[in-house]
This record gives sequence, structure tokens and C-alpha cells, in this order.
Amino acid sequence: MSTFDVSGGRTPAARRRRAADRPAADTVPNRRNTELLMLAFALAVPILGYANVGLAMDGTLPANILAYGLGLAVLAGAAHLAVRRFAPYADPLLLPLATLLNGLGLVMLWRLDKAGKLLRNNFPATTNQLMWSGLGIALFIGVMWLLKDHRILQRYTYISMVVALVLLAAPAFFPSREEDFGAKIWIRFGSFSIQPGEFAKIILTIFFSGFLMVKKDALALASRKFMGLYLPRGRDLGPIVVVWLLSILILVFETDLGTSFLFFGLFVVMLYVATERTSWIVFGLLMSFGGAALVATKEHHVKTRINAWLDPMAAFGPHPPKQSSEQIGQTLMSLGSGGTVGTGLGQGRSWLIQFAAKSDFILGSFGEELGLAGLMAIFLVYGLVVQRGLRTALAARDPFGKLLAVGLSSAFALQVFVVAGGVTGLIPLTGMTMPFLAQGGSSVVANWALIAVLMKISDTARRPAAEPAAEPAPAIPEPAGPDRFGPPGHGAPGQSRGASS
Amino acid sequence: MSDLTLTVMRLGFLAVLWLFVIVAVQVIRSDLFNTKGAARAAQRPTAPAPAGAGRPPQGQGAPAAAAQQAQARQRRGQPTHLVVTQGSLAGTTVALQGQTITLGRAHDSTIVLDDDYASSRHARIYPDQTGQWTVEDLGSTNGTYLDRQRLTTPMPLQIGVPIRIGRTVIELRK
Repeated sequence: MSTFDVSGGRTPAARRRRAADRPAADTVPNRRNTELLMLAFALAVPILGYANVGLAMDGTLPANILAYGLGLAVLAGAAHLAVRRFAPYADPLLLPLATLLNGLGLVMLWRLDKAGKLLRNNFPATTNQLMWSGLGIALFIGVMWLLKDHRILQRYTYISMVVALVLLAAPAFFPSREEDFGAKIWIRFGSFSIQPGEFAKIILTIFFSGFLMVKKDALALASRKFMGLYLPRGRDLGPIVVVWLLSILILVFETDLGTSFLFFGLFVVMLYVATERTSWIVFGLLMSFGGAALVATKEHHVKTRINAWLDPMAAFGPHPPKQSSEQIGQTLMSLGSGGTVGTGLGQGRSWLIQFAAKSDFILGSFGEELGLAGLMAIFLVYGLVVQRGLRTALAARDPFGKLLAVGLSSAFALQVFVVAGGVTGLIPLTGMTMPFLAQGGSSVVANWALIAVLMKISDTARRPAAEPAAEPAPAIPEPAGPDRFGPPGHGAPGQSRGASS
Repeated sequence: MSDLTLTVMRLGFLAVLWLFVIVAVQVIRSDLFNTKGAARAAQRPTAPAPAGAGRPPQGQGAPAAAAQQAQARQRRGQPTHLVVTQGSLAGTTVALQGQTITLGRAHDSTIVLDDDYASSRHARIYPDQTGQWTVEDLGSTNGTYLDRQRLTTPMPLQIGVPIRIGRTVIELRK
């Protein structure tokens, strides 16, 4: 299927293509052995990195390298067995790619832990992150096991809307703490905290897919043309705009702008994919510029970020402006000192990134120690995850699965773009976690769930179709038009038996 | 650690990282070509049909080649799932668990037909009092065909007999 075909291939050409690229059950390799090999490779890379950090910082191999390698291998192996059991035809690359990113993140966290007191607020994070990765993989296996078919999610369209809004609103009712730096995005139970926005991302995508699947024709066709743009009817658009406004409002009050950009982008992408109307892109860009300008003038927190983006080095000058921050400047310097091939793992000066070195700015350390070459490889790995997600959407046969796969992969892509763009100074910085790489339990767990849903959709999409039991009889022509006034029991013309009396 | 070792490790790590990316792209490439090769194989008339498919209904008799589990199921002679064999939903299967299956364009149907020739509530498939699976047309515009016969009354369903709704063909499988 070369065209992106949300309508489900109603044209004869689309159906012929479908018939041609649907192979027989016994000729389709399910690619599970490829996945196993790639998984072994994806484990070898972080283990090599781990050895590299140990050699560079202590002069010897880390003592527990065997335990670390085995721990990762057990986690990845369990996930692989679950895929073999519950999604045998799923995409062979998604699991290895996610494992590689998670493993690289663990190596960098361990390396930053070892920087010790040089790094401000340095609490050991690797053990916690490993525990969260384990929990993430447990959720991955759980989704594989319990979600028999992704179409079941379609039944929970409006429930997911409510759940997503509750999750987004919940942090506003919990007290924020000094070290949250202005963003109210956590729910705390004692020392344990989760970031519900990461889960809301997946659940809101389910709502958008379910809703747009039902309404896509109404949104695309029942519209008035106004100044060359198609405007849909209010009653079709109402619910989705209300949900979007609510989620944006909640986020502005919680001052979590990264997530609100993510949701807005997701909303525009899914509307565009569902309706194939370019006018949505125009609306989306206009609304996002308007919204950004409004928020930038009102919010003190945001003004600082914009100033830091426009002139990252101002904070180091003799007269640093009041509303500025040195964070982006520090990251840019660390990227610059890395150069093309980097300083080598464990040999950078990552403690010079003083704020959130393990979460928002972890890319700075990667850029310093692996250089441009390493950072490009990491971005390519992210790109491949998104590519496999979009490929799954192309191959999926049901409109809901297509929309869900597009939504999940665009959410992933947008998150990578917002973080990487912010850290490299392309767009104003908004606090978000790099999927899988950065420290943050909720993020790791939610992204493993996202990968699990994508793999479930790809399993359904790539599963070979059953052969028809008998050759279809050519005697029945395609029914044409309403024939409700024909006699009861009226058979199609040209039949040898069962013709009308 | 000597500087030389560290330099080798540094460059080696980058090389391995890039090798991973290149191998991943190769997997994607082979994935594309394999699908094409398999499609060509499927078009050959001599392509062997998978066991259990391509067989007309034949009552209680089980072929010797069938797996043991399949034999156990066939002794009871009960269909276990419903398969869409043609139309835009081709390849979809629904497990039969004694529930009524509704077919139509209405989005609360069990199988939502994305078919221009189907009605909102087109037909339903349900087990009658004796447990025999039965298909009934729900007053659809274009009709439901069992094999080649247009349905006027609920009809018992045999395994492997195609039900046609517009461009969609559905059948029961063991």
C-alpha cells in the first residue's frame, strides 16, 4: 500500500493492491529471529558504553558489569518472549530500538552519578531508573497480554477523554514543592511521585482516534468554503475543540508548556491525517502562534525562557538581564566542546551543566561525550522508531488502528522535537523529558506502554490474512444502487439457481 | 588507562552505534523486499494453501494431516471464529464465544463494515437454541447472500460457506 489510505481502500485500485500485497500465511516470515538478533545488538551497545565509562573514569572495568548486562538482558528477553507469545507478527525493530535508547539512558545516568559532588543536587538515579525500566517492561508485557486487539480501545473513546482530562487536572490539586521550579505536573504520594501528563498523552490519542474515526467524513465533507479554506460545522468540531481548550487551559495553569505544545501538535496532525484537509495545518499554525504570543506576554516563567532562547549567552555577560537563564548557554557550550566525535564517554565535563543535567538537559551530556556523530545516531534511532510507527499506520487495515498508530508516533516525534529543539536552541526551551533517555519514571513507563500499543497494531497489520475457502463465484455482480423495491428473494441476474420466481 | 585505549574505545563506540543504525535500516530494507517476494509466491497458482483452509465443509471427518488440537476441535464440529475473506476488512477475525455478532456500518456493530453497499444494521450472526450458528438479514437495502442465495429468513450457517454483504465476504472457520 503506497498511498496513505484512511478511508480503508474503497477504490478498486486500492483493493487490487491490497489483494496483491497480501501474501499467503506460510510464506510470510514473522521476523522474530531478526528481532532477537537486533535485541542482542541493542544490548551490546550500552554494555560497551558502560565498560567505556568505567575504563575512562576509574581505569578498570566496572565491577558489576556482568550483573548490569544480565539485568538488561533479562528485561529485554522477557519483553521479547512476550512478543513471541502475544504479537508474533509485530514489527521486528521497535523493541530493539527502544531497548537501545533505554540502555544508553541508563549508561549516561550512571556516568552522571559518578560525577559525584561536582554536579549540583546529585542524587544517585541509576538504580531508580533501572527499577522504573523494569516496571515499564512489565507494563509492556501487560499490554501485550491483556490487549487482545487494539480495536477494543475504540469502545473506550469517551471514557478515555474523561480519564485524560482527570489525569491532566490532577496535579493542580496537589501541593507543589520548591524543587519543582514552577511546573505543577506531579502527583505525590509520600516520596513517590508520578507525572500523569505522560500517560495522558497516550490516552488522549485513543480519544482523538476513536472520535475522528467516527467523525472524519463529517469533518472533511460537510464544510463551507470560506476564503479558500474549508470550515467544518460547529457540531462536528465542538467536542474536540472543547477537549483541546480544556487541556491547554489546564496546562497553562500548571505552567507545563512543553506538554501543551505536544497536545496541540498532536491534535493538528491527527485532524490533518483524518480529514486530508490542508486548511487544518493553516489553522493550527495560526492558533499556535497566537497562543504562544499570548502566553509569552502574560507568563513571567515563559518570558524568561523566550529571553534565554533569543540570547542564550546574555546571562554570562557583565550585566545579565533580570529575566534570563544560563541553562541554554551552558548546554550550547557543552555541545560545542564535544565537537564532531566528542570527548568520549566519561571524559566530558558534564557537571558544568548545572541544572537538570539528568533529565531535560541529558542531550547536552550526550552531545559533549559522543559528539555530533553520536547525537546524530541517537536522533536517527528516534527517527526509526517514528518511521516504524508510521509504517504500521500505512499497513493497518482498520481506520482506528491507522489513526492510533499515526497519533502515537507523532506524539513520540513531537516530544523528541520539542526537547531536542529546546536544548539545541532551535525553539524556546520547555521542560519535557527525552523519551527513554532522560531520568523520569513516568516517562519511561508511559513510553514502554506506547511502544507496546504500536507493536500490537503492527501485529494485526502484518499478520497474513486467511485464504478464502472457495474461489469467489463471479456470478454475483456487485450490487448497484438501492434495490429495496425489488421482489423479496430477488436473486442477482445470471445465477444458475435461486433466481427470482 | 592510556590515551590510546580511550581514543580507540571512543571511536569504537561511535562506530558500533552507527553500525546499529545501518543494520536497522538493512532490516527495514529486507522487510520491504521480503513482502514483495512473498506476494509473488502467493500469486503463483501452485502456492500451497495453508492447512485447514481451502477446504469445503466436510462434516465430522478430520484429515490425517491436521494437528492434534485442530482434530480435537473438529470432533466437536463447532466453528471457533469468523473470518472476513474479502473486502476492505479482509483478514479480520472475530472469536466466536456464543455472543451475537452484528454486522453493519453503524459503529457499534461487532464488525463495522466500511463498505458502500452495506446498511447501518445489515445482518446478524447468532447461535440459535440448539447452538447452531445462524445468519439473519436485518432488512438491509442490498441484501445478504449465503453462498449465492439471498437471505429471506434466518438460515443455519455451515463452516466455510461464504456470506456476502456488498463487497465483503465472511465465513465461519474452525
